Amino acid sequence: MPITYTSEEQIEVYRFSIPVTVGVPLLALFLQAFLPRRLPFFSIFDLPLLVTIYFGMARRNPISGLFTGAAIGLVQDMLGPYPIGIYGIAKTVVGYLASSLGVKLDVENAGTRLLVTLGFYLIHAAVYFGVARYMVNLTLNWSWSRGILAGLANAVVGVALYFVLDKFKQRT
Amino acid sequence: MESVLGRYRNLTILVGVLFLQVLGLAVQVKRSADAENTRLIRVWAVSAITPFERGLVWLQNGSNNLLHNYFFLRGVRAENRQLKDQIEQMRLEQARLTEDAVRAQRLQSLLAFKEQFISKTVAAQVIGSSGSDLSRSIYIDKGENAGLKADMAVITAGGIVGKVWLVYPSTSLVLMINDQSSGVGVFLEKSRLQGVLRGTPNGELILERVMSDEQVVPGETVLSSGGDQIFPKGLPVGTVSKVGPGKDLFLSIKVKPAADLSRLEEVLVVTERQEREAVAESGASVRAADILARRLPSVPDKPAAVAGAVPAGNTSAKPQPNGSGSTVVTPGTKLAAKPAAAPVAAGGTGSGATDNASSASSGATSGVNSGANSSVTSNSTNSPAKPAKPQPKPQTQQPQSPQTQAPQTAPPPAATEDNPH
Repeated sequence: MPITYTSEEQIEVYRFSIPVTVGVPLLALFLQAFLPRRLPFFSIFDLPLLVTIYFGMARRNPISGLFTGAAIGLVQDMLGPYPIGIYGIAKTVVGYLASSLGVKLDVENAGTRLLVTLGFYLIHAAVYFGVARYMVNLTLNWSWSRGILAGLANAVVGVALYFVLDKFKQRT
Repeated sequence: MESVLGRYRNLTILVGVLFLQVLGLAVQVKRSADAENTRLIRVWAVSAITPFERGLVWLQNGSNNLLHNYFFLRGVRAENRQLKDQIEQMRLEQARLTEDAVRAQRLQSLLAFKEQFISKTVAAQVIGSSGSDLSRSIYIDKGENAGLKADMAVITAGGIVGKVWLVYPSTSLVLMINDQSSGVGVFLEKSRLQGVLRGTPNGELILERVMSDEQVVPGETVLSSGGDQIFPKGLPVGTVSKVGPGKDLFLSIKVKPAADLSRLEEVLVVTERQEREAVAESGASVRAADILARRLPSVPDKPAAVAGAVPAGNTSAKPQPNGSGSTVVTPGTKLAAKPAAAPVAAGGTGSGATDNASSASSGATSGVNSGANSSVTSNSTNSPAKPAKPQPKPQTQQPQSPQTQAPQTAPPPAATEDNPH
C-alpha cells in the first residue's frame, strides 16, 4: 500500500464541469436523506463527506476544498434538526485538509484512498463531536469501536465511489 | 501584515470561514428557542431536496400498489373469512372494554377529572430523513398547508413516534423520540412509576429518573404520561427491554419502542386535542351479553297470541316484540334494566326463543372464549352502577337463572296454558 510523496511539479490538478460540481454533492445529499428510511443500515455512511474528500483531493486547492466542504456541510445541517454549522465546520476542516493532503501525497491509488478516507472520517467525527458537545451542548458519547467500524465502511464505499467519480475528472 | 496574510492565505481563509460558522452557531444556540432565525435557508434546502423524495416515494408506492392489487388478490376470500371471525371476537372484546370505559368515565366524572381526547389527526407519509446518523428525524409530506404546527404529536397505530419540530409549507421535520435531544414524559403501566424517556446517540431509548430502589421488570409496558404537554396520556411508547444499575441513585432502563421507528411509512399527526370534564355516558354502550344474544340461534317467529305462552318448566325466557314483528330474547339478568342499550336484531335474526333460550344461552357460553364468558358473567351480575338507574318494568322473563327470575317475571296465569296454578 504505497503512499508516495509528490513534488509540486508532479501534481496533476483536476477540475470538474459545473453540472458535476453541483449535481454530485446534491445527489449525495439527496441519497443520504432518502436511503436510510428504506435501508436503515445506510445511515452509517456519510456520502456528503466522501464527496467532500474526493473533490478536495482531486482539485488540490485548499480554498476550493474548504468552500466545497463548508457548502456541503451547511446544506446537510439545513436538512437536520440541529443548529446550522455543526456539519459545516466539520466538513470545512476536512475539505481543507483533504485538498492540502492532495498536494503532498499521491492519492490516486486505492490503498492510499482507503487509509486517507478512514483518517478523514475520524477527523470529521472528532470535530463534529467537539462542536456538538462543547458548543451546542448535545449529549454525544464518543465510541472508538463504532467510529473505526463506520470509518472502515465509509472508506470501502469511498474507494468504489472515487473510481466512479474519476470518470468525470477533467485535466486542467 | 499583508505579506503575512499572503503567505498564510489559505490558513487565513480557513480560519475566517470557521470563525463565521462558529459565530452563526453561537447566535443560533443563544436563540435556540426561536427556530425562525434560520427558517429561510432551511426552507430553501428542504425545498430543493424533498420534491425528489416525494417523486420517488410516489413511484415506489405506485409500483407496490400495482403488485399488491394485481398479484396478491388470491386468497382474499379466505382472508376475508378470517377477518370476519376476528371482527366477531373483537366486537365481544370491545363490548367488554366499553363497559369498563363507561365505568371509568363514571368514576372520573365523580372526581371531576379532565380528559384529553385526540379529536383530529392528519395522516402523512414519511418521505425522507435528516440524512445524518447522529440525529433521528424524518420528513413527512404534510406541512403548514395541512394545518400542522410545531410540537404536535406524531403517532402510529403501534405507538408514539415523535413530535413535529420544523414546519414548512408542504413538508415537516419530525424529531423522533429516540433522538438524543428529545424527551417524553412516561409512566410504567403496572407499577405506575413516572420517568422521562430520552434518546441516545445510538438511537436507543432510555428511561431516566426512576430510583434504583424501585422494581422494574423487563417486558413492562411504557405509556405516555401527558406531562410533556405534547403526547396525550396513555399512548403506548414501548416496553422495558433491560434494567440495570445506572448513575447516581437511578436505574438504567432500556426501552424498546412500540412503533418501529426505523421502518416508518405512514404516521398520524395529532392536530387537535380536546380537553373536557369526564362525563359518565349511560345507556349508549353495547354489552357483551347483547352481542351474545344476537349470536344465539334463532327460531321461526311465533304468532303474537301465543307469544306469552311459555311451556311449563321453562318459564325463564319469553319473546319480546321488537317492533318489526320478530322476537328477541334479552338474556342477562340486568339487561332489562338498560333497555336502550339492548340492541334489536334486525330482520328477525334476533337470537333466542321461548323454548330454547336456556339451551341457547348455555350454547353460547360454551361457544365463546373465556374472556367473553367472563364478560357476560360480569355484565349480567356485577354491573355496579346500572341498578342505580330506574328499572323499567320488564316485559319479558330473563333466560338466565330461571329459578331466581321466575317469581319476579312470571307471566299471568291466564296467559300460560301449562301453568299448574
